[in-house]
Amino acid sequence: MPDVHSLVNEFTIKLKKRKIEGSKTTAKQTAELLRSVISQQRIPHTNQAAALIDAVKAVGEQLIAANPVELAVGNIVRRVLHIIREEDLSLATAAIGGLSLSAASDDEDDAEQDDHPVLSAAAVAAAARSTLRPPSLQTLLEDVPYSAAVPHNSSSGGDSEGKSKSADKSSRSRKLKHNVIEAVNELISDIATCHEQIAEQAVEHIHQNEVILTLGSSRTVMEFLCAAKEKKRSFRVFVAEGAPRYQGHVLAKELVARGLQTTVITDSAVFAMISRVNMVIVGAHAVMANGGVIAPVGLNMVALAAQRHSVPFVVLAGIHKLCPLYPHNPEVLLNELKSPSELLDFGEFSDCMDFGSGSGSPLLHVVNPAFDYVPPKLVSLFITDTGGHNPSYMYRLITDYYSADDMVVQRRPAF
Amino acid sequence: MVQKKGGATRVSEDAEEDLARVPLQGILLADSFAQKFRPITLERPKVLLPLVNAPMIDYTLAWLESAGVEEVYVFCCAHSKQVIDYLGSSKWIGQPNFSVTTIESHNSVSAGDALRLIYERNVIHGDFILISGDTVSNMSLTQALQEHKERRKKDSNAVMTMVIKQSKPSPSTHQSRLGTDELFMAIDPDTKQLLYYEDKADHLKGTITLDKMLLTDNPFISLHNDKQDCYIDICSPEVLSLFTDNFDYQHLRRHFVKGLLVDDIMGYKIFIHEIHSSYAARIDNFRSYDTISKDIIQRWTYPLVPDVPFFGNCTTKLRRQGMYRTSEIGQSCSAQIGPFTVVGNGTTIGKDTKISNSVVGEGCTIGSNVSIEGSYIWHNVTIEDGCKLRHAIVCDGVLMKSGSVLEPGVILSFKVVIGQQFVVPAYSKVSLLQQPTKQDSDEELEYADNSSGIVEIPSTTSTSDMLNGELTSKSSETQCWAASEVGTGGVGYIWSLIEGGHEEEWRHSVAPIPADKLAEVIQAMNDDLEISDASVLPPSGELKPDSVSNDTDNDDVEYIRDDSVYFEKEVEATFLRAVHENVNEDHVILEVNSLRLSYNMTSADCAGAIFYSVMKLALDTPHSSTSELCRIVANVTTTWQKLLKYYLPSLDEEIEVILKFEEMCLESAKEFSPLFAQTLHLLYEKDILQEEAILNWASEKEGADDADKVFVKQSEKFIQSCDQVTMSIIFRLKRSRGTIYKIELLMLFMCP
Repeated sequence: MPDVHSLVNEFTIKLKKRKIEGSKTTAKQTAELLRSVISQQRIPHTNQAAALIDAVKAVGEQLIAANPVELAVGNIVRRVLHIIREEDLSLATAAIGGLSLSAASDDEDDAEQDDHPVLSAAAVAAAARSTLRPPSLQTLLEDVPYSAAVPHNSSSGGDSEGKSKSADKSSRSRKLKHNVIEAVNELISDIATCHEQIAEQAVEHIHQNEVILTLGSSRTVMEFLCAAKEKKRSFRVFVAEGAPRYQGHVLAKELVARGLQTTVITDSAVFAMISRVNMVIVGAHAVMANGGVIAPVGLNMVALAAQRHSVPFVVLAGIHKLCPLYPHNPEVLLNELKSPSELLDFGEFSDCMDFGSGSGSPLLHVVNPAFDYVPPKLVSLFITDTGGHNPSYMYRLITDYYSADDMVVQRRPAF
Repeated sequence: MVQKKGGATRVSEDAEEDLARVPLQGILLADSFAQKFRPITLERPKVLLPLVNAPMIDYTLAWLESAGVEEVYVFCCAHSKQVIDYLGSSKWIGQPNFSVTTIESHNSVSAGDALRLIYERNVIHGDFILISGDTVSNMSLTQALQEHKERRKKDSNAVMTMVIKQSKPSPSTHQSRLGTDELFMAIDPDTKQLLYYEDKADHLKGTITLDKMLLTDNPFISLHNDKQDCYIDICSPEVLSLFTDNFDYQHLRRHFVKGLLVDDIMGYKIFIHEIHSSYAARIDNFRSYDTISKDIIQRWTYPLVPDVPFFGNCTTKLRRQGMYRTSEIGQSCSAQIGPFTVVGNGTTIGKDTKISNSVVGEGCTIGSNVSIEGSYIWHNVTIEDGCKLRHAIVCDGVLMKSGSVLEPGVILSFKVVIGQQFVVPAYSKVSLLQQPTKQDSDEELEYADNSSGIVEIPSTTSTSDMLNGELTSKSSETQCWAASEVGTGGVGYIWSLIEGGHEEEWRHSVAPIPADKLAEVIQAMNDDLEISDASVLPPSGELKPDSVSNDTDNDDVEYIRDDSVYFEKEVEATFLRAVHENVNEDHVILEVNSLRLSYNMTSADCAGAIFYSVMKLALDTPHSSTSELCRIVANVTTTWQKLLKYYLPSLDEEIEVILKFEEMCLESAKEFSPLFAQTLHLLYEKDILQEEAILNWASEKEGADDADKVFVKQSEKFIQSCDQVTMSIIFRLKRSRGTIYKIELLMLFMCP
């Protein structure tokens, strides 16, 4: 326990100090932390799922408060909570099946093997993701008969010996934890491989001799473009440099190293160049429930320019960036103002900030927001690791990945 | 499980790195050994004063922690118990990978004493960071530390690396934006070695004195006046022993740094590290308190900003226009909270209250129709209806009764009560404690004289501590307050402004410099400029060898000026000898020529000198009236006409002579001034001067000041007559040669 506690503390401090940057690393580390929280959580005999949920919520609350702007933390906490609920549900239904048909547990053990038709809830979701099917009505249908299907299938394989209720319970508690950890591992590997999953779809979207525009630098975008290049597509990339951090320069360097024809432009030249562009492909910081995007600053302008010229505006986002919250006043509340020193040299402007003369009120104010909000109507397509989606479809994806009970991550005071 | 394993191995790798590295240590001086923040610091140590609602020491510790310092020794002296109690209850104790140890002392009166004590404790084993507990920074130490270590490897005498940052001083007040005096530094641009450090340059003279050796020893020197000392030092353990060896070192900069720079026997060197994109500054006085607060609100110190919970749990959110506010604020709908304002938790704000550019702490109650501008209100302050505050600092627990007014620069110390409708005059400091006794303040004055008010005044904080205790007991005994001092029902004493001098109060105040003061300073500076035009140094320049030679050129100019004085004297002596010994004119010419060659003068100078001698002779001849003097002048000039004429081959020399004469009339021989026009006429008649020379001289003076024109006016008639002569010549020419109309026009233009 103290071990986890110190781990949590350390991670919280890192988040507070803004030492962890980028939603992918944050997501991965959050998931790893929660995994160790779960693995070290002592589980009571009754109501184990609630105990786990409570433990995760307690940690999650801390982590979200540490950096409320990094939405990936909240996303992962909610994903883990959802996983626990799903596993609990599947175990419960299996137990009911076992009670009636006395055969649930063995099948659940087998469930880890991929050849078996019935898997735990998370495994089903993972399978759906790995086959790259867009979650559609089919998955919906799969989910609905799911609870009913378990007893049905187990009955087909079930003629093993019955167990007493108490023995079943202890094995269930072990099993719940075990299954949850397995599913969280799945989640971690999903986060780790989300780039590849997205990049696999590159050839479907980038065609021969197209001109692609992007702004700033996103690892996902880079992998995406390089994947298309590897598949022998020849196309050109315009990179807007992405002031004030100028990550675009880094991206351009990387793309040229991979042999892509690259043109660097200033952010202010985007509108002038957009008429020659076939598609805009950008990364995101987070995708909100309404399909709006929290993205690096400057992208709203690019999206507007793309809309004016009817250029498709495509956002690449790993599924860990999908946030179940609806944005309210996102320009202010979901934004972070960074140090003005990225824009101006303090020394050069120090005489403008001499409060000793004049009225004493600061006349020079430098604003350096980190993010932009791109409303859903400006986005043409989202490409996630489960395929391409319309912005209006986002709420549907969210119900697949998050449980409605976890929208507010707050520990129940009564517990 | 694979991932977990991976994570574990990474952790172990980190651990190995940690083992390879010596833990970085830091010394935090939780006492500034100064009295700039009095009277507030009589009751609470400076490092615990809130800066944008968080104690200063939290900023410093947060920076030390994020910069990778693992062991911090906090040196407490004044109010040491408060500091230790605070740290004990804060989250800083018991952090993983970050240990905070306090060292207590009761008799240290300076940073030097503190470091000597730490040396005795023998806790510092390697390089350490020396910082004072009132420093705000977000710089990364990695590069500076690496540079320091590399230099140490090459040269064990490189004992210290100072962190500096560009910050332009105000050209009028010669103050940095932090309220400290302009700092001059000479740095070797290649090695970054600090060669000269002066924070007390004489601004009135506008000069600094560099040792000549500095220029001869170093091929390149860059001289800066736009750098700010961040008071963050990376020191080697030798620094501590140096303080012990030199027991008279008190002040870090004034004694230690200057001592090392001057004393080259030991050969210790100090280097600098300049930061560009990150922020670092130290709170030295009320002005820097104001400036740094504003920098924090403007997020230059990111991530040490109010809405990032770098310590404790804060719920502050940043709204539009730099408005920081917590969720639990009781605010009336009609209250206006302006930009760059921080409002703390649990504060209530009444109707029609206006707050701008200010910081309001936690649990304050602000009534209606209050106007707060540029002020710092700490915790649990009550401000009743209709109060007005401008550029003031209001400490914890103050009660301002309705209608009271704080004028700019006011400091209200803890728990002061200001009476109804009372107007606290500008720059006054109000405290529950009485001002220290006369004797004590004399001592302070002495210190202030020593240092005329910049950095730390090494004074007896321990005595002040004692004094503090004494006073509190006294004040609790005698509950009868001088009610009139801060209005009816008010509680507190207004301190009289003796320390630091009345004059200097505005320099370090929290209020901006008033416009009239600024104008006064600029006026004074302009006056200085007239005396010496080199008062304003260019912001920063590199003195390369060629510019060094430029410098010597300048020296030459000085030299020449001296020379010309000598030359004039020599010529005069020669001439006088010629007069008294009846030397032949030719011989005089010969002698003057040889003088001219030896002093490397132009013929114009000779003309001037000769003329001067002639006129001097005329003046020295006894005379009773101006008319007599006039006659003498005529005589003398006639006698030496040939000699004068010899040195006046062209117009230039003639003009020079007139200028010289003018100068004489103004300065050395005022008797000539009424005779100016007459003498000019005389010289003209003797053919010594031509009318062109006079006209040229007059036109040269055209643009000059009225004061300079006195003689032009005096000789106006004569000049006009000259003009007419020229005109008549032209007309004659015209008539005789039939010159075209154009010339006539031209001449008309030339006439005044």
